[in-house]
Amino acid sequence: MVKVEFLGPIQKEPLELEIRNLNELANILREDAQMQEWLENSAVAVNDTLVSSLDVDLKDGDRVSLLPPVCGG
Amino acid sequence: MLSIYGSALDVPNILKEWYEEEAHSNYGAFIPFVGTVRSEDGIDGLSFDIYEPILNRWFKSWQDKAELLGATIKMAHSKGDVMLHESSYIAAVFSPKRKVALSLINEFVEDFKACAPIWKYDLKEGKRIYALERSTAIKGSGILGVKK
Repeated sequence: MVKVEFLGPIQKEPLELEIRNLNELANILREDAQMQEWLENSAVAVNDTLVSSLDVDLKDGDRVSLLPPVCGG
Repeated sequence: MLSIYGSALDVPNILKEWYEEEAHSNYGAFIPFVGTVRSEDGIDGLSFDIYEPILNRWFKSWQDKAELLGATIKMAHSKGDVMLHESSYIAAVFSPKRKVALSLINEFVEDFKACAPIWKYDLKEGKRIYALERSTAIKGSGILGVKK
């Protein structure tokens, strides 16, 4: 099971999904109307490391985080 | 050193602590930057969410970069609500020479704005409104979006 967390202003509860890679996650989230405004502008981290492509395999216990646009300070 | 506070920052005390910590470290320059909430667009204040695991990793990479230059970086940030004329952010560089500190504080704060996993909200008329138009998408964002 992979845990998917939505950070900051994305008002969505975490998901627990049986997925093997980020492509599968992308396919699931593209079907979620609530996520449409966030997919184009959010960064993705796997186990707290930012990734730059969907070619990332996932295993049981991994955590994926979605990070929308930031503004500290 | 990275410190997260659950309230507005006590600027005089934090700067005093940092100054005293490094008073005998043989640094020739101490350049702080303090971010204060301004009255603008009718806001009552700002509010912040922080994702600390990635913030800690990001900060560590800057500490390592500063160390190679013989410098050190300190940062404090608030989470939760910070009202008008209070401060939510302090960054400081200590370095042997002035030019390194001036250059590093600028690079550090710019990268902080672009990459640090912190989300800002305007507090206005009792609501907490995400400041999307003032926010920056982290480099590499959008990979989950619709296939082009």
